[in-house]
Amino acid sequence: MTQGAAIALRVRGLRKTYRDVVAVDHLDLEVQAGECFGLLGPNGAGKTTTIEVCEGLVEPDAGEVELLGRRWGAHSRELRERLGIQLQETQLADKLTVEETLALFRSFYRSGLGVEGVIALVQLGEKRSARVGQLSGGQKQRLAMGCALVGDPELLFLDEPTTGLDPQARRQLWDLIENLKAGGRTIVLTTHYMDEAERLCDRVAIMDHGRIIALDTPRALIASLGVEHMVEFATGEGGPVDVQALSQLEGVRSVRAENGFYQLQVERLHQAMPALLGELERRGLPLTELRTHSATLEDVFVSLTGRHLRDE
Amino acid sequence: MSLSRLPDAISATNEPRSRAGSSLVQLTLVRYREFLREPEAVFWTFVFPILLAAGLGVAFRSQPAAIMRVGVPRETAGAEELARAVRSDPRLTVDLVDGNAALRRLRSGRILVIAEPDGRGGVVYHYDDTNPEARTARLMVDDAVQRAAGRPNPVPVRTVPVNEPGSRYIDFLIPGLLGMNLMGSGMWGVGFPIVDARRKKLLKRLVAAPMSRAEYLLSFLLSRLTFLLLEVMAVVGFGYWVFGVPVRGSLGMLALISLLSSLAFAAMGLLVASRVQTIEAVSGLMNFVMLPMWIFSGVFFSAERFPEVIQPFVQALPLTAAVDALRARMLEGSPPAELAGELGIVAVWLAASFVLALKIFRWR
Repeated sequence: MTQGAAIALRVRGLRKTYRDVVAVDHLDLEVQAGECFGLLGPNGAGKTTTIEVCEGLVEPDAGEVELLGRRWGAHSRELRERLGIQLQETQLADKLTVEETLALFRSFYRSGLGVEGVIALVQLGEKRSARVGQLSGGQKQRLAMGCALVGDPELLFLDEPTTGLDPQARRQLWDLIENLKAGGRTIVLTTHYMDEAERLCDRVAIMDHGRIIALDTPRALIASLGVEHMVEFATGEGGPVDVQALSQLEGVRSVRAENGFYQLQVERLHQAMPALLGELERRGLPLTELRTHSATLEDVFVSLTGRHLRDE
Repeated sequence: MSLSRLPDAISATNEPRSRAGSSLVQLTLVRYREFLREPEAVFWTFVFPILLAAGLGVAFRSQPAAIMRVGVPRETAGAEELARAVRSDPRLTVDLVDGNAALRRLRSGRILVIAEPDGRGGVVYHYDDTNPEARTARLMVDDAVQRAAGRPNPVPVRTVPVNEPGSRYIDFLIPGLLGMNLMGSGMWGVGFPIVDARRKKLLKRLVAAPMSRAEYLLSFLLSRLTFLLLEVMAVVGFGYWVFGVPVRGSLGMLALISLLSSLAFAAMGLLVASRVQTIEAVSGLMNFVMLPMWIFSGVFFSAERFPEVIQPFVQALPLTAAVDALRARMLEGSPPAELAGELGIVAVWLAASFVLALKIFRWR
């Protein structure tokens, strides 16, 4: 954040439709230099379209995009030199080795990092001579990240960097992204994993149906729920519970019933739990399942849209 | 400025691009690597045409004039005498069998002519008069029969056999195969990797980096040049060393014809691949474009066999022009001026395909 309030990316009035589907609908956002900014939303929310318009790969129907004080068109070549891009579905050439792939991408940039340095950064030293086709999903993704880094970018775009990876590979990638953040790069990433957004992003824009429906730090977004905990329970064969009665319980803010599950948004867990157990006892209902967890971005999304992030 | 943001270990390696790291060099190296690491591609480009030439060269090799087989029905009177007369020509051999067997053998092509005494001192010939070989056999049989009966030759004759390299089928075939190979490798060598890269979104990823699009396309042409040299040497060299197929006229001109043809087919490959998204679609489109040329362009037999009406179409095909020019150069050593027409046709295909391809090319 050494540049203070410098704006790395500014998007205004962005709109993009594919035939009759509105992918992005009048979207505005600003990303500060040095910030890690997340676009969080379910599949089809318009995250990829948004990021690809920013990357100059998709032409918007309307709206303006300004990156590092430049625009696509007149400054395309300069911008390409200064951006690092990792696309969602790219398959790099299977027949090339890790080293050859990075050398190829390095050759496109006037200045940048050495191939050796990037190999070390993305921890593919042992795989330097392996062909891309033989890498695991996580290694391929780290190589794609390496290709985005060889130009020593000021602004890095990562589209679903950990989708489809196993938990260990995801954590490795998170470490790498945190390293890059610590190095002060500006990062814009899309994800539909709320834990990823919570862990990596300084600020998160929650997207749904082509619009931003909430934008703040993960902490502030969760705080906006006004509750700290979520309690979920089921009563199995015991029959329905009176939602009205549940919402009257001490410390409970609101209640949702879904597929035989009840979800309570709870302000004070230590008061709500005994009250809930007492209520069920009084009505003679069994408790077949019970979970509590701290509120997450997922809960924010559910309370905003009534749907889960990974419904679709 | 950017250095200050980097971890120490990384900033130490920040370096400008070296000459070997030039993107055109790197892109061209990628072309070589991808090709050489694909055993199938190497087979189809280098081994297949040689196997084909070897197979066809052996099947159609020049051999001494074949012995022709003649049937004589043995139950007829005078059969023995007729058979003896026919056998007086060493190029003829006689099956002395009964009449029905002789007919069966004639129908199945095992004998070419049935010669049958008509019982009044004459001979009847049964043969298929649309079969040139049978017509030849009938003439030879008749000649032997008439000479045996005492016909004199009023004009003295002498024959000198000619079996010169350049007039055999293999000589005709090698330039044709070379042309066909240039077409296949030119079109596939460019079209396939481009569609593959587009399908994998690699093309999109490349243009997301500051890559020069012209250099990307140029890398295909540069790598084609190298492979072209190897392909020409493989096919022409094989024909020359194994079958003695002549290479008349300068090698430079042969190289020029090959180069121009190869670039034209590469440009056509680029055009075919310019918008296609899947391997299946590009395969179909490639075959659709190449099929008329396999049939009409005179690779395996002369294109002039096709009716006059379609000759303008046949002659306008780039492969017809390429094969005609290669054949004229290799077999007849035609001077460059005589090849101008063919080379002009190839050049028009090259320019038109390239310009159109660049116009409609889709990078994602």
